Amino acid sequence: MKLLTCPLNGPRNISEFTYGGEFHPMPDQHKTDSRQWAEYVFFHDNAAGVVTEWWCHTASTFWFLAERNTTTDQVIRTFDANEVFNQRIEFSAMEDDA
Amino acid sequence: MPFGLLKYGLSSDYPAKHHFTPATELKRHYDVVIIGGGGHGTAIAYNLAKYHGITNVAILEKNYLGGGNTARNTAVIRSNYLTEAGVNFYSESVKLFNNLSNEFNYNVMMENRGQLTLAHSDAAIRSFRWRAEVNQHLGVRSELVDRQTIAELVPNLNMSEDSRFPIMAGLWHADGATARHDAVAWGYAKGACDRGVELHQLTEVEDIEITSGRVTAVKTNRGRVECNAVVQAVAGASSIVAKKAGIPLPIHCYPLQAMVTQPYKPVLTPHVSSPQVHVYVHQTSRGEFVIGGGSDPYPLYHTRATMEQRESLSAAAMELFPFLAQARLLRQWAGTTDMTPDYSPIMGLSPVENYYLDAGWGTWGFKATPICGVTMAELVATKKVPALIKPFELERFYRFEQINEAGATAASH
Repeated sequence: MKLLTCPLNGPRNISEFTYGGEFHPMPDQHKTDSRQWAEYVFFHDNAAGVVTEWWCHTASTFWFLAERNTTTDQVIRTFDANEVFNQRIEFSAMEDDA
Repeated sequence: MPFGLLKYGLSSDYPAKHHFTPATELKRHYDVVIIGGGGHGTAIAYNLAKYHGITNVAILEKNYLGGGNTARNTAVIRSNYLTEAGVNFYSESVKLFNNLSNEFNYNVMMENRGQLTLAHSDAAIRSFRWRAEVNQHLGVRSELVDRQTIAELVPNLNMSEDSRFPIMAGLWHADGATARHDAVAWGYAKGACDRGVELHQLTEVEDIEITSGRVTAVKTNRGRVECNAVVQAVAGASSIVAKKAGIPLPIHCYPLQAMVTQPYKPVLTPHVSSPQVHVYVHQTSRGEFVIGGGSDPYPLYHTRATMEQRESLSAAAMELFPFLAQARLLRQWAGTTDMTPDYSPIMGLSPVENYYLDAGWGTWGFKATPICGVTMAELVATKKVPALIKPFELERFYRFEQINEAGATAASH
């Protein structure tokens, strides 16, 4: 059994978790054209080495981030998304978007 | 012929001829460098040499011929996909496969065993009917079959209505087949090398030189090689190699695991696949049951075999064929599959001039080997994208025009 440590629920069997994709900062919605959106949505670094990625503890639907080595499958650390998202993100449309 | 065999058996020195002579020294310049010595790379080289007269070609292989996913796939050939682009492409490949032994004068052990995909729900029946209609319209033998026909096609399949997922109907694909995967790569490599192509094994591409938007040379662990064109056909290493050319790809690499039992007497002819219980099974001509279809739940560049997959694949295989509970496993392995978001490959032009992509082959690469060789060689030789592969270009992701084959690939092969 492989364990993953959920920042909320502690160490659990990795089968309780869902992989959520690579972590990338979201581009600025007001300055991004469709090519850049396509890259953000579809394209991946797919790096062989240490990567930061989203995981979800399925049973509690708690989303968090993990640093994992994709060549050895070693999880280096898991942490609360608050570490990265420490200020409010403005989603409201700009006036000329309307 | 029997005397030849007798003479061979009694000969004191080993009279077998090598299939071909691997190249020794790297030249300074090649017209075309192909990165990756698997089925796809050798098929492209073969077609360049035989049909386009381009023989100053080097295949650079990091490891050894056909040692990556060409050796690890489960050798399934079929064309019962869902989209027009997918069906047309793969059915052309099946046609080429049927003539491949003649093409090479080398036996690739093509077995037209047919493929049966099982439906365990009304939703699956609806999607199978859709696929059957698309397939038939495009000339592929594919039909929805009832429980009675399934029991006739595969007499030892568990047709019980008391199982967890009773079988309700099936998609019967008479064109489905298997072939000896290694022989496909060997046949292409032999045909290419006989015509002057150089296969360089243990030659890893470390960097790719690009001058004013076009590729001019590759740096390897054995020195620098100038070239007019580069094709990358490296499956699980697609993202890593493309990154050296500065090309981002929409690919994530997942291990796909499969396993095989000891040989038993022949009892199963078709290839049987169940998207519901996530397994597919066929019995090879030497009697082993190949049990496949287990993708790992998260990305990884590793080919280890896990207990979890062994457990789930075994459980699913026994649900379909209860007698397999008595079978002994011989081995289990994994390959690194380069999965795209739409389960279709990425073929054709790249943002770098004269740098061609043959990537994103995920769990469906082996069956496309011959047609990939034909179309990619045509592209490299004529610089025009053949109509058959135009829909699979990398640009489709920027136009949001994906070719969704997720459903038709659900059992991961």
